[in-house]
Amino acid sequence: MFESLQERLGDVFDKLRRRGALSEEDVSAALREVRVALLEADVALPVVKDFVEGVREKALGQEILRSVTPGQMVVKVVNDHLIETLGSEHSALNLTTTPPTVIMLVGLQGSGKTTSCAKIALRLSGKEKQKVLMASLDVRRPAAQEQLRVLGEQALVKTLNIVPGEKPVAIAKRALQSGALEGYDVVMLDTAGRLAIDEELMAEVAAVRDATKPHETLLVADAMTGQDAVNVASAFKEKVGLTGIMLTRVDGDARGGAALSMRAVTGCPIKLLGSGEKLDALEDFHPDRIASRILGMGDVVSLVEKAAETIEAEDAEKLAKKMQKGKFDLDDLASQLKQMQKMGGLSSLMNMLPGMNKAQMAKMQNAKLDDSMVKRQLAMLSSMTPGERAKPELIKASRKIRIAGGSGTTVQEINKLLKQYQEANRMMKKVKKMGKKGMMRQGLSGLMPPGGGFPQ
Amino acid sequence: MSEAEEKRGGWFSRLKAGLTRSSSKLSDGITGIFTKRKLDDAALEELEDLLITSDLGVTTAARLTANLAKTRFNKDVDPTEVREALADDLAGLLEPVAKPLTIDPARKPHIVLVVGVNGSGKTTTIGKLATNLTRQGYSVLLAAGDTFRAAAIDQLKIWGERTGCEVIAKAPGADSAGLAFEAIETARAQNNDLVLIDTAGRLHNKSDLMAELQKILRVIKKLDPDAPHDVLLVLDATTGQNAISQLGTFKELVAVTGLVVTKLDGSARGGVLLALAEKFELPVHAIGVGEGAEDMRPFKARDFARSLMGLDS
Repeated sequence: MFESLQERLGDVFDKLRRRGALSEEDVSAALREVRVALLEADVALPVVKDFVEGVREKALGQEILRSVTPGQMVVKVVNDHLIETLGSEHSALNLTTTPPTVIMLVGLQGSGKTTSCAKIALRLSGKEKQKVLMASLDVRRPAAQEQLRVLGEQALVKTLNIVPGEKPVAIAKRALQSGALEGYDVVMLDTAGRLAIDEELMAEVAAVRDATKPHETLLVADAMTGQDAVNVASAFKEKVGLTGIMLTRVDGDARGGAALSMRAVTGCPIKLLGSGEKLDALEDFHPDRIASRILGMGDVVSLVEKAAETIEAEDAEKLAKKMQKGKFDLDDLASQLKQMQKMGGLSSLMNMLPGMNKAQMAKMQNAKLDDSMVKRQLAMLSSMTPGERAKPELIKASRKIRIAGGSGTTVQEINKLLKQYQEANRMMKKVKKMGKKGMMRQGLSGLMPPGGGFPQ
Repeated sequence: MSEAEEKRGGWFSRLKAGLTRSSSKLSDGITGIFTKRKLDDAALEELEDLLITSDLGVTTAARLTANLAKTRFNKDVDPTEVREALADDLAGLLEPVAKPLTIDPARKPHIVLVVGVNGSGKTTTIGKLATNLTRQGYSVLLAAGDTFRAAAIDQLKIWGERTGCEVIAKAPGADSAGLAFEAIETARAQNNDLVLIDTAGRLHNKSDLMAELQKILRVIKKLDPDAPHDVLLVLDATTGQNAISQLGTFKELVAVTGLVVTKLDGSARGGVLLALAEKFELPVHAIGVGEGAEDMRPFKARDFARSLMGLDS
């Protein structure tokens, strides 16, 4: 549905010259795309603005790692800043106080409070061996209390018995009383859904808060929430007070920008994620996962990281020197193929490379361009003599037969490999003019079509 | 409930009351931008930002501001004029999709399937629809097709009691396609005008759950190849740009014929409706502006647009 940030930035940077460090002009162009991408991911506008400024400061003058494009570099900076903003440390539910711990869930109608309540109760009673009591304070929606009771049965968690006509504050007090008398470790209060602008109902939930003094007040919010997330989060924060956020329906395909909006305006950590309809579908919050979701592109980030890890500096230097002289032989091709393998194989690289759209991917798959092919190519290369690798033009008919025999391939395949080498070589000469760093980046992708070197 | 009934009034005043918070923010913003000012690039950008914060989406917001710039760039503009112009543009975009739900009682029964993601307000919407339709004199049968969510059946049964409509229900976990079949047969036997079929909420990217919905559709078609006559997607106004993906998938897989937008009485502005109207051109039948049985009204483009801009009708 959404054009990923990766593609957007690919477009921007295709037009720009490749440079060693990110210039102001590069960054501004990229940040315009970042802004749109964040807005399309439903991050609230004021939060987007602050965020973009934060990225600008960090990105300016950043050295670009070899073998990645400036676009990819910006994405890395954006991603890192996003993770930082989302909260880099995992924040667990606070159960350290003297029992019973009171956990209250608040939120809009339909955000998933009741289901979340049961999910948390199941986890606490199971994994953490707590004795949990749940109580529904939702006297508004028909059968809401019944819903929690049924979920309690499913989760094998006790629910407070339902007294028809009882008001929310009274139910809450009774829950606390039962909690204390019957030795519960945790009392969970599921409140009715309410609009943040509904003064009367916000006052009601504030009264419940005053009566029960919850240790945790979690705002339950739908991952699909749009720009309104900031209003909702700040209203609940102001009127009820929040200690954390639980984001639901992260198993949908929404980009989840609401997470960033709410975290930014409340300063409250996102503590839990609801990720399915089953009661055990509850996950701890991992900022990196949500970050790549919001950007629609975790892969480039890991590409940058992998490139930084695996491409050894000396190898790169050597290759660069050779290429500057306009020399690129089969040894270089072999070392490139090996690097590719180190980085997780061709198929994973294909997925990470910018500018590869789905149609192209399908074409590649039809052409059986897979990792086993890289293996075969490496076998062919290692069946050649050093002399042949240094001077590929030596390889004629009889040598081809010998190499094919040695590597368990066919002469046809040797021909394809040589043709691919020639294409790559031609590309290398082209990028030579672009300077050393440009060449390095081209190095990785230079082997890829549309060079046309691969079998059709 | 009593509080909801007290507030009974004209549709516009109800909608406006619901939208007041959002529109006042939007129109305050516009007033701030344009008081004694020329419409320059900076003003246009601020305007675009305001539209974006209403969930109109980047593309729609950009186009609306560009339209405005065409006729008024570098002219002195007063805030009301800008609001009027924008409201007109919005209304123009929404007008083609503002179509009330039309019931053909001759079908005996007219079959309405209600679908949507979890928590969008399907069951409440059915309750409100049932209230409206029984008031119009139709005999309505409800089918408690959400056999998954705990107590969803009870929730619909309570609406059945409130509206005096019969509710066809089975045990939790029962096959909802079978239930739909049974409900339609019952309606035929009893000569009901309408059947409203509730379904469990499901995220549109869950293919097994969407397949289950398709099965309900197939089973309904066995009884009546033209049915369901309406497939309503219930959409939460709080939803952001994901609404586009939601509607796209539901439309493709279960041939959604129209929308009901809920929770428009909150601070969310439902601006994504504009993007939906442009992309899918599906009718918006009704909007929900509260939890009470009264709080559903037909969608009116001009009123919605003007109300969003903080203008009187």
